[in-house]
Amino acid sequence: MALTLSHDAWCAVTAHAEAGYPHEVVGILAGRGARATRAVPLRNENAERPATRYRVDGLALFRAEAALEADGLEVLGYYHSHPDHPSAASDEDREHALPRRSYLIVAVHDGHTHTHQSWRLRDDRSVMDEEPVTLESA
Amino acid sequence: MNVSILVPSALRGFTAGAASVGVQAPTAGEALDALVAKHPGLAPHLRTPDGALRSFVNVYRNDLDLRGLDGLATRLADGDTLILVPAIAGGRA
Repeated sequence: MALTLSHDAWCAVTAHAEAGYPHEVVGILAGRGARATRAVPLRNENAERPATRYRVDGLALFRAEAALEADGLEVLGYYHSHPDHPSAASDEDREHALPRRSYLIVAVHDGHTHTHQSWRLRDDRSVMDEEPVTLESA
Repeated sequence: MNVSILVPSALRGFTAGAASVGVQAPTAGEALDALVAKHPGLAPHLRTPDGALRSFVNVYRNDLDLRGLDGLATRLADGDTLILVPAIAGGRA
């Protein structure tokens, strides 16, 4: 699999990740096929460890995804940030991941977007494999 | 009891695309067992290796979270709907 982000979607992801620093931010990537054209910010509900963890409640996610689907978009996956940490998927990410979704991780160092990588969980949950990411220009 | 289980889009790849699966079961836990028996690929995404419901999988009976009822022992009535609502979580460590 591979993930493509429109210029607008990528700008929305990086703006959210930098504005939320030093906390982790999270959102939905939606579009069609493997091309995300919309990034929808969600609220990180992990109040205890927001700099190293994120969580979005099921009903909040359910409502946000239903609104996107009502607009004719597919949910392709989710993005989140790793403040002052590499963009590799962690064991924590794998433990909680949903299958058949892209997980775009953006490393933010000192408040600025650094590296990015996208990951997909194998169906047997054993590992998250990296997938190529294409960023479209404006 | 005849109940319907609504499957979130992320997991429909394991139900041949079905958004709703009908099962017969007296309790919520047995309804999930029946769902997994029909669609075994769902098993690792709903339960941990020791059989507990994964922490990020919320299950609602009609509009009520099972955690506020009797959990997987919650008894079902004919025509009930169980809704699987995964949360998302993760982080750098």
